[in-house]
Amino acid sequence: MNIAIRNGRVIDPKNSFDRVTDIYIRSGKIASLGAVPLGFEARREINAQGLIVCPGLVDLSARLREPGLEYKATLESEMGAAVAGGVTSLACPPDTDPVLDEPGLVEMLKYRARGRNQTRVYPIGALTRGLRGEWLTEMAELHSAGCVAFGQSDRPLPNNRVLMQAMQYASTFGFCLWLRPQDVNLADGGVAHDGEVATRLGLAAIPVCAETVALSHIILMAKETGARVHLCRISSAEGVAMTRAARKQGLPITCDVAANHVHLSEMDIGFFDSNCHLVPPLRSLGDRDALRAGLLDGTIDAICSDHAPVDEDAKLLPFAEAEAGATGLELLLPLTLKWAAETKLPLVAALSRITGEPARILGVEAGHLTPGGDADLCIFDPDHYWMIEASTLRSQGKNTPFLGWELQGKVKYTLINGNVVYAD
Amino acid sequence: MQLPEAEDLLAVLTARIRQGISSDTAVVGIHTGGVWLAERLHKDLQLALPLGVLDVSFYRDDFGQIGLHPQIRPSDIPFKVEGSHIILVDDVLYTGRTIRAAINELFDYGRPASIRLAALIDRGGRELPIAAQYIGTTLEVPPAKMLALEKKADGKLGLSLYDKHQGNE
Amino acid sequence: MTSTRAMSNNPQLNKNGQLQHLLTTEGLPASILLNILDTAEPFVGVTERDVKKVPLLRGKSIFNLFFEPSTRTRTTFEIAAKRLSADVINLNIAVSSQSKGETLLDTVNNLSAMHADMFVVRHAQSGAAHLIAQHVRSEIHVINAGDGRHAHPTQALLDMFTIRRCKRDFHNLRVAIVGDILHSRVARSQIHALTTLGVPEVRVIAPKTLLPAKVERLGVHVYHDMAKGLKDVDVLMMLRLQNERMLSARLPSTEEYFKYYGLTPEKLALAKPDAIVLHPGPMNRGVEIDSVVADGKQSVILPQVTFGIAVRMAVMSILAGS
Repeated sequence: MNIAIRNGRVIDPKNSFDRVTDIYIRSGKIASLGAVPLGFEARREINAQGLIVCPGLVDLSARLREPGLEYKATLESEMGAAVAGGVTSLACPPDTDPVLDEPGLVEMLKYRARGRNQTRVYPIGALTRGLRGEWLTEMAELHSAGCVAFGQSDRPLPNNRVLMQAMQYASTFGFCLWLRPQDVNLADGGVAHDGEVATRLGLAAIPVCAETVALSHIILMAKETGARVHLCRISSAEGVAMTRAARKQGLPITCDVAANHVHLSEMDIGFFDSNCHLVPPLRSLGDRDALRAGLLDGTIDAICSDHAPVDEDAKLLPFAEAEAGATGLELLLPLTLKWAAETKLPLVAALSRITGEPARILGVEAGHLTPGGDADLCIFDPDHYWMIEASTLRSQGKNTPFLGWELQGKVKYTLINGNVVYAD
Repeated sequence: MQLPEAEDLLAVLTARIRQGISSDTAVVGIHTGGVWLAERLHKDLQLALPLGVLDVSFYRDDFGQIGLHPQIRPSDIPFKVEGSHIILVDDVLYTGRTIRAAINELFDYGRPASIRLAALIDRGGRELPIAAQYIGTTLEVPPAKMLALEKKADGKLGLSLYDKHQGNE
Repeated sequence: MTSTRAMSNNPQLNKNGQLQHLLTTEGLPASILLNILDTAEPFVGVTERDVKKVPLLRGKSIFNLFFEPSTRTRTTFEIAAKRLSADVINLNIAVSSQSKGETLLDTVNNLSAMHADMFVVRHAQSGAAHLIAQHVRSEIHVINAGDGRHAHPTQALLDMFTIRRCKRDFHNLRVAIVGDILHSRVARSQIHALTTLGVPEVRVIAPKTLLPAKVERLGVHVYHDMAKGLKDVDVLMMLRLQNERMLSARLPSTEEYFKYYGLTPEKLALAKPDAIVLHPGPMNRGVEIDSVVADGKQSVILPQVTFGIAVRMAVMSILAGS
């Protein structure tokens, strides 16, 4: 279907494009920006006056909870949340039940997701079988089945020899390892940042060195093996500094941060708000500011939602027993805009962290508006304020620290392959 | 409204009680006004048994409506209640609920041989079958008003009338 | 943007600013803490009478919900409730519904349906009492009888009561809290109560393995050496060293701990001559405290137990009347 999107402010960070113009879509592809393509006849027109038209968002971490965890969320509910959030490509971590450690499971997930003509799903394969940290998975087979990278999600490897061998094996095939740096023993039993708030509330703490010790191991082994590593959900100032230094050395390392951590700190736990029980933990204000600085100077490439819908029962527990995680697909855009507004960052730079940059890390053709490319778009109203509450979220998970907040920026249309898959 | 002089009433009350006391009579004052009166009675009547004081807050029947009173003082009954002859002293006798609470509290210290009641003023308006054996005077007071005993700077007692905000007696 | 929204309304107070629940000593105004101590005074007298009972809470049902077993604490709450003439129902939930998979809030909802007026909650997880308080009907009051490492407000209040009885005023005191601060809900509640009541110098003394991060942010001075930390102190608050801490890498042995942090007569002599010694019990004699000190004339450990009943009666009465 031919679609003309008229008079929107078109922002394409990858092509450094920011101008009010029209976009023409034909046969699921972007036909042109500005000039009407030869013989183009629009079957549908979208008036984007006052709206921003940008590449569909690319989310580096969104749990869809299938297979196995359908009581928390389903593919259907979370794919709905994705398009409502303007997310047209997402990577899903392997921590399903069973975990994504066999090609059959990956193929089934890809098939189920594809069958819905919705957001493109890029599975991250399990690095070790059952994520148990002992035997490597059949990475090459998993790659053929559709895995774009391999990781341990939130179950870090307890054994450095396994990590070393995983890096050697993955780099043999050129696969990228997605690792969240956390030392298993130093973090053991902890549920909050080792700081003022955990001390006040008497919560078992996770010290910063749980992240930095693991990070130093990863960096040293990456250096030795030459493996490509993507660091997931960095949380501390010291972690940012180490990543910055490693990148300066020229190591093939990329890095992301969760949108929650760009805004919140340990203080937001208040009186045991279990919606702030996140992994990694919300750290100090100083850490949060360092994460923002890391995003600004490119040490951190991308912001992800780290979407983790949790059923209500699992959150209605004492803080430490409550399941960690927050729903996020629908908050990725407004939280990124909030960060841009607070740091006075131009939108073209801010939006790159949720479009072009994560697409580059995923190694997929997405996150830009180059003519000839797939017409995956997000059209949003940057001035629309909306209240974050259970009724305004599509995701089955209603758990987010931002419940009750009013955020700015609402998706009006989401297009995938040139089809309008969401309209507000 | 013209209020009588508290010191005059106390003199009348003291004279009336004097005729009914013996060596085993004890006086117990109810906080706050009743304690001031009991202190004076105890001194003037030269009673042998030590003075007792009660704060009936833990026995009040309006706890469910208004909660615990602020600033509760300890009750102190420094004599053996079992078998004793007690004169309970309060400033203003009104609904009778405070006296009910005081009697109940006294019984938690032991079983007295007798309890009599002395009040400086009986303003009527009883809600329980309670009567005083000794009173200074009776006085009609509008229900919207609260009558209270006060201790002046010179230690003399006086009466005041207030608009009632809450509670009774 | 990080906000203080979650901190702004104190979950312990009702809309009139009265105490609705007692969950922690943190964030309560000094006037409320002092009101509890003042109300406890007349209850001490009640507990010394022949009939140690007042009819204040007649007809009220108080549920002791102990998700973590503690005969001692449960008993003191039970005595306090019974002396107020309340009906007390003891539930040792550690061995009943929790093992059947019932969640914390399921249990609480079921008990609420039995027309409870007050829950006394002991739980191994920090924040459990807050969670319950947030989800009970508004007419139910919750008393935290110890949640994880977080708070044990009635213990701290009875300590404050004991200190006030012995020292009269809080404003000229130097207080040292000694031992396992990291895992101690008692210590946290003591620190907040002491600082709120105006104690100018609160010290904590412990090896670094038993101190939580940034503990100085709670308003305390940190010492690792008893000789320095106990100097000129008016009040010593000893903490119990849980046996399970000995099985970890935090301490090498009870002997070494006693040598450096156990309260002996020699170490006590460093404090002021009229210093008093408190301990929340049960004591590990020869681990955190020498028997000579525990039973000595500066010890107020037994009066603490007596006052504990009166303070809990005061808390229950104030809550039931708010």
